[in-house]
Amino acid sequence: MILPAGLFPVLPVFNTKESEHAMIGEKGFWNRLRLRLLFTGPTLFAFLAVMIVPFIYGIYLTFTSWDGISVAHTLVGFRNYGSVFADAEFWSSFGLTLKYVLFTVVLTNVLAFMLAYALTKSVKGQNVFRAGFFMPNLVGGIVLGFIWQFIFNNVLVYLGQKASIGIFSASWLAEPDKAFWTLVIVTVWQYAGYMMVIYVAGLTGVPADIQEAASIDGANSWQKLIRMTIPMMVPSFIVCLFLSLQRGFMVYDLNLTLTKGGPFGSTQLVSMHVYQKAFLSRDYGVGQAEAFVLFLLVAVITLLQVYFSKKMEVEA
Amino acid sequence: MRVQRQLGSAAKFVVLAILLVLFLVPFLLLMLNSLKENAMITSNPLALPTSFKFANYSYAFEQMNYVDAFTNTIIITAFSVILIGICGAMTAHYFVRNPSRLNQNTFLFMVASMIIPFQAIMIPLVKIYGSLDMLNSKTSLIFMYLGFGSSLAVFIYHGFIKSIPKELEEAAMIDGCSRIRMFFQIVFPVLVPTTVTIGILNVLWIWNDFLLPSLVLVEAGQRTLPLSTYSFYGTYTVDYGPLMASLMLTILPVVIVYLFAQKYIIQGVMQGSVK
Repeated sequence: MILPAGLFPVLPVFNTKESEHAMIGEKGFWNRLRLRLLFTGPTLFAFLAVMIVPFIYGIYLTFTSWDGISVAHTLVGFRNYGSVFADAEFWSSFGLTLKYVLFTVVLTNVLAFMLAYALTKSVKGQNVFRAGFFMPNLVGGIVLGFIWQFIFNNVLVYLGQKASIGIFSASWLAEPDKAFWTLVIVTVWQYAGYMMVIYVAGLTGVPADIQEAASIDGANSWQKLIRMTIPMMVPSFIVCLFLSLQRGFMVYDLNLTLTKGGPFGSTQLVSMHVYQKAFLSRDYGVGQAEAFVLFLLVAVITLLQVYFSKKMEVEA
Repeated sequence: MRVQRQLGSAAKFVVLAILLVLFLVPFLLLMLNSLKENAMITSNPLALPTSFKFANYSYAFEQMNYVDAFTNTIIITAFSVILIGICGAMTAHYFVRNPSRLNQNTFLFMVASMIIPFQAIMIPLVKIYGSLDMLNSKTSLIFMYLGFGSSLAVFIYHGFIKSIPKELEEAAMIDGCSRIRMFFQIVFPVLVPTTVTIGILNVLWIWNDFLLPSLVLVEAGQRTLPLSTYSFYGTYTVDYGPLMASLMLTILPVVIVYLFAQKYIIQGVMQGSVK
């Protein structure tokens, strides 16, 4: 799912009555209601039916024991949450996901920013470069996982054995530690191009005149980067951090086709764990409770991130 | 000084070029191996094909029901993207032009809902729509995409519509134009660039989406491209050739579109993030 960019916009003042704002020719309660339903009805109906109702019903489900088949479910109070705390597998996948998010967010954004910085300083063929680095984002995680599975299992092993490069001589997907890093590598490889595009947009928005003024005052390009460009690009960083955090916590496709959670369940990220708990072990109540814990974590981390980044924003 | 700078930029070009090749190597290897015999692939995955084995493609094409999968993906993506565009624009326009407290709060609520991860919704979603017997239908899936995609669309349109002066719209209304006609004849044409941006973001998402369709579309005939690639991979794991070919077949349509619309796609991602 593609998630939003600059969340939490500055809102206009709003404290007026509906009728004062009706456009010309919109008289009468029924007429206004008809227009409201026409313009907002389909969107709000779908939004409520697909996101809000399931979300609230999901909270209810966490207090029930439902096996996925029976019509009735019994209320079990907080027992599911107790099971969540006792589920060691959940917490290990949770911890692994945090580690995965940390590495992918940092590495993706560092690489993306470096690429964007290099590609806005009049390099020949910069459009070709941008288009090329963006390419992995056209393809879904399922397909990318299969491609890289082949690379790690066959190509790198072949290279490692022919050129006797020890580190590649056995498949990385067969060892728990290295299998984790394959997930990080592929994620960084994919999203770096996406975030690069956003950073390019931010970099081209840094006004040229203040750059020039700084040069005349004797600032070198490193000082300009650290003191001016990066502070002015805080909005781009907010967007990229938000996107990479969200995608990191929700990753499923790549996990499924690249490592299948293996070897021996060692790379099962939290999303896959929830899926298995609910749809394979038929433990829907506990699965949903774990999904809800995931929601709380994601909400807290993204809100903190947006809050702190907004504080760092500067005006040009 | 000048020579130094030229040397520097040449070095940078070389570094970037090497990096780009490394970035694209997985796709090149995929293409090479999709044309090789299985024995050739396993003995040396880096070798160029000596003869082109197009049979890999025809086999994968048939086994993964490519025509069906492709048609399903096109239908689902097209209808979802169009619906999200039209409904999102209408709702955002209504919210901007009728800024009552209720509308402002509904808008805020939609924006805030975007932090809900899909995993927190998928289990009740399957339960609710399963008990309504609405799973396994493309229509339900399209409806769900409208629900999941509308928040972002309304958010982006909202930002843009705020910057359009409302005098033109009022003039049209004074001349007796109905609000709905005014929207489609005056406002929507102005929103075309925004619609393209939102459309591109949604195509990239829906075309490649896996988890939601895998929960909704159970029957084999309903599968989208990512689903049929996945099930093809699960069923035939012996022969690498057709597997590589199936991946190529899944990627090709997007890459072909990208070759022509590359500029717009990259701009779309830029615009979508700035607003």
